[in-house]
This record gives sequence, C-alpha cells and structure tokens, in this order.
Amino acid sequence: MTDLRPDLAIIADHVPEGARVLDIGCGDGGLMAALRHEKSADARGLELDADNVAQAMAKGLSVVQGDADTDLADYPDSAFDYAILSQTLQTTRAPDAILGELLRIAPRAFVSFPNFAYWRVRASLLFGGRMPVTGALPLSWYATENIHHVTIDDFRALVEKQGIAVERAWFLSGNRQRRAAAANLLAEQAVFLLGR
Amino acid sequence: MADNPSPFGAARAVTLPGPLALDGGASLAPVDFAYETYGALNDDKSNAILICHALTGDQHVASTHPVTGKPGWWARMVGAGKPVDPARHFVICVNVLGSCMGSAGPASLAGDGQPYAMRFPVITIRDMVRAQAMLLDHLGIETLHAVIGGSMGGMQVLEWACLYPDRVRSAIAIATAPRHSAQNIAFHEVGRQAIMADPHWRGGDYYADGDQPTKGLAVARMAAHITYLSEEGLTEKFGRRLQARDAKSFGFDADFQVESYLRHQGISFVDRFDANSYLYITRAMDYFDLAEEHGGLLANAFKDTKTRFCVISFDSDWLYPTSEAKTIVRALNASGAEVSFVELSSPFGHDAFLLDTPGMNATVDGFLKAGEG
Repeated sequence: MTDLRPDLAIIADHVPEGARVLDIGCGDGGLMAALRHEKSADARGLELDADNVAQAMAKGLSVVQGDADTDLADYPDSAFDYAILSQTLQTTRAPDAILGELLRIAPRAFVSFPNFAYWRVRASLLFGGRMPVTGALPLSWYATENIHHVTIDDFRALVEKQGIAVERAWFLSGNRQRRAAAANLLAEQAVFLLGR
Repeated sequence: MADNPSPFGAARAVTLPGPLALDGGASLAPVDFAYETYGALNDDKSNAILICHALTGDQHVASTHPVTGKPGWWARMVGAGKPVDPARHFVICVNVLGSCMGSAGPASLAGDGQPYAMRFPVITIRDMVRAQAMLLDHLGIETLHAVIGGSMGGMQVLEWACLYPDRVRSAIAIATAPRHSAQNIAFHEVGRQAIMADPHWRGGDYYADGDQPTKGLAVARMAAHITYLSEEGLTEKFGRRLQARDAKSFGFDADFQVESYLRHQGISFVDRFDANSYLYITRAMDYFDLAEEHGGLLANAFKDTKTRFCVISFDSDWLYPTSEAKTIVRALNASGAEVSFVELSSPFGHDAFLLDTPGMNATVDGFLKAGEG
C-alpha cells in the first residue's frame, strides 16, 4: 500500500482482513479502495465535499455525502468494527464529541492528525512570528480548514479525560516512522488506535 | 390490445389476465401493459435493469416519442456508451399503471366497452410497482440487477426495494423523497382543481366526443412546471425580458418571456397526456409515505435489506430537496444498508435529473459497474 499517504498506510496495514470500516472524511476514497481490494474490508465512507463523493462513487465505493459534526448520529451503535478519522479531527467543530461518536459506532477507532507542537511549527511561530506552513500544514492561516489546533500531548490528555484507551500510537516525520520518545516535539503527525 | 410476437423490443404491449390487487381494496383484471426493452437478457438473467419513469413520463426512455417526435426522455442515461448500456444491460421501461401511453389507466376500456374514466380505481405507488412485478413475472425476469428512477420513478425504486427486496440487487433513487410533503400535495391539488374546474372535464366523462379539458390540464402543467425549475434557472433563462415586443402592453397578453414559455409548456403537454391520468397519478404520489407503510419508522422499510442503494439529490431542487434524500440515507444507515449518497450541483432545479448534470452519469456508471464485479 505504498501509494497511500503515510498515515493512511499505517491504518491500512493494521485493519484486519474482512473488517467493517467507516472512513470519515474519506476524500475520493483512496484508503477505502485499498482496504476493499487488499483486506476485503466492507468499507463505507462519509465525506463533506460533493466532488470527492462523486469521484469515490464513480470508483464503485459506498460513500455518503455528509458532515462528521452532524451526521455520525445517523449511524447505529457498533455498526462497524473500525471507525477511521484521518486528518479531519482538527477541522471539526466539536472534536471531543466526535471522539465519543467514533467509539459509539465502532469499538475501535483510528485517528490521525497533524501535530501542532512539531518543532518546525513551534520555530515558525517562535522565531518567524508567522503561522506555520509545513508539509503537514500546507495552507496559510486564512485558507486552512483547521479550526481546532491540537498537539499529541493535548490529544492524549483529551482521550484520558474521556476514559478512552489508547491501544497503539504511531508517529511520523515526513514519510518516516519515529519512536515515541519526545514525539510531541519531533513528530510531524500522529496516528492513534483508540478503544472503548 | 394484441400481443406482439416477441415480448422483447421497442413498442411492446401485452394484456395479462390479472387480477391485480390494489391498496385501495379494488382489483384490476385484465391489466394492459405498454413497455419497451433494449438489449438482450444474458444466459443467467442477471443483467436486467428496470427504469421507472416520472409522473408524466412514459416507456420511451431511449426511443423516439410517437407523439412529440422527440428523443427518449432519458437518452442521456440509456444508450450505447451510456451508464445503462444495451450492449451489457437488458433494459426494461414500463408505462406506469394509471397512465395514458398504453398501460391500464382511466382512458382504458372497462368491461362494458366504455372508458373507465373516474371508475378507474385509485392507485398507489405500491400498486404501480406490483403491476411492474406482474409484467416482469410474465417476461420471466426474477431478479433485477438494478432499479433506477428519478422523481416519482425514484419513489417506485424505493418501493421496489421494500416490496421485493430479494428481487432488487441495487437501487438508484434520484431527486426523490420517501413521502409526499404537505407542500407537494398542495401543488398537486392546485393542478387537480384546475382540471376539475374546466367545464370540459364533466366528471371525467369526456372521452366520447374528444372535447377534453385541455385548458385545465394546461394550467395544471404550468403550475407543476414551475416546481420543476429553480428561481436561479428561471431568472437566468428569462429574467423579466419581454416576449416579441419592446414595451409592456398594459394588458394580459404574455408580455413576459416566462409567461410565453409556460403557456407553451401547458399547451404542448395536452397533446400527449390525459387529464384523468394526471388526476390519478398525482393522487398516487400524494398517498406515498414509505414510513407510514412500515409502522411509522422509515428504517423498518429497509430492515435486513441486501440491496445496494445509490441516492442522488440536486442542490437547486426545492420540490424534492436534499433534506428528503438525507432522510432516506439516514434510514438506510440505521438499517445497515450499503448506501451511497451525493448532492450534485445544478442550476436546473428538480429537472436536473433529466438534463446534462455534471457527475450524474459518472456516479450512476460507477455504481452500476461496481455491482457487476
């Protein structure tokens, strides 16, 4: 699954064969297609952007146009084995509520997000006095969809507060995985596997 | 109506003995069907696609209309290289029960040799679907690869999936709703009252002398036609421009282009449609409420369904808006169905499903091909 974005490749590697999966913010369905073809997963998607939905549907994927903030309530309890929220948490209006919804509709959830405590981000703000533009945060402050900036330590604090278990975590700098040590400073993005 | 030698092809007709039991308690026997098929049924009979037409549509989905001479109403969707392709699909389109293009309706002859007129039993969307199933039984088609339709056709698609879940592998419902809203019913009532107020309607018994309630039917069509468009589309097409004149007449001629356009829509409609059929079919749509048919909970309508669903809405459609499509999607999610949904962007309002709308063909094509493995 080398053509997937690094965080998606990690998720795809760790979804078991034949799992029922909801990919929230699935884009044009790249991860879903990989999960279906390589893991025989029963993958469904939720995506806000109509053009992305149409592209995913044209690939034969089952994707519903909708908003993670409002439409996750439409799915019944434990309808899936895994919920996936990749690079979307920081764009939602109520990230804390979303985490609860993920683990309501599935016993396990993969969540990936860009780490706003990454040293380049810190350096940009500290020395440049400008909002950072990096590989994981490619858009200027006025164009970004990110409205709830989160760090790895912030995320750990939130899931602990909500009583959510962290089953595994992966940290990335560029395309490379790195160790957990000092990840809050040194990792550009993180992938968490959460459990109820 | 005489049976054709082969049951497959364009311009087919058959009379089946029935009886067809109806929701209203009556039953119909015999039952006339006018339909068309394109393409060939494959050996394992797995490539049949039923296309359900809208209120004033007909079986000429991809063939020239015999009255208007215009191309089929969905030639954009059905044809060589199109999403529904007779080269790989066996396509069936049936004139709906209650209509006037050859299937049993108020203009058909009753047992006494006279037209049914208002003696024709009131029908429902579910009755229309039961009738289609009766014809498919006759044609030897057990399972449908897909049922596809927009507007009232979409209501039939949903009803097919509920009534015959084992016969429908995939369902594509476009620009439709799970029930008729109060506003929908209100617009239909305006149309029906226009027809019934026409002195030529005479309780529906107008067939004998050919003097039909054309003025009432034209007004009904004009009112309905506005609901098929969008304010944006109307403004873009006509604005407040005057028709073939430089100044207002200070009278009641069609000064504005939009008036002239609507009058044309009304007048040309009466050449191809029967006023009583309009009454019966609009009534069937008004009665449609899929949740009510399933204990008040729409999700129950799709309980344990194995059918794959594709729901499409258009952002400028205010007759069957996206919120109605999302009600369907929510119910399908709740029942664990495999469902896709997209709201496509179009300035053309409800009519978008009949027009060139970016993304619609690609979406339907991808959905159908995914189901063909």
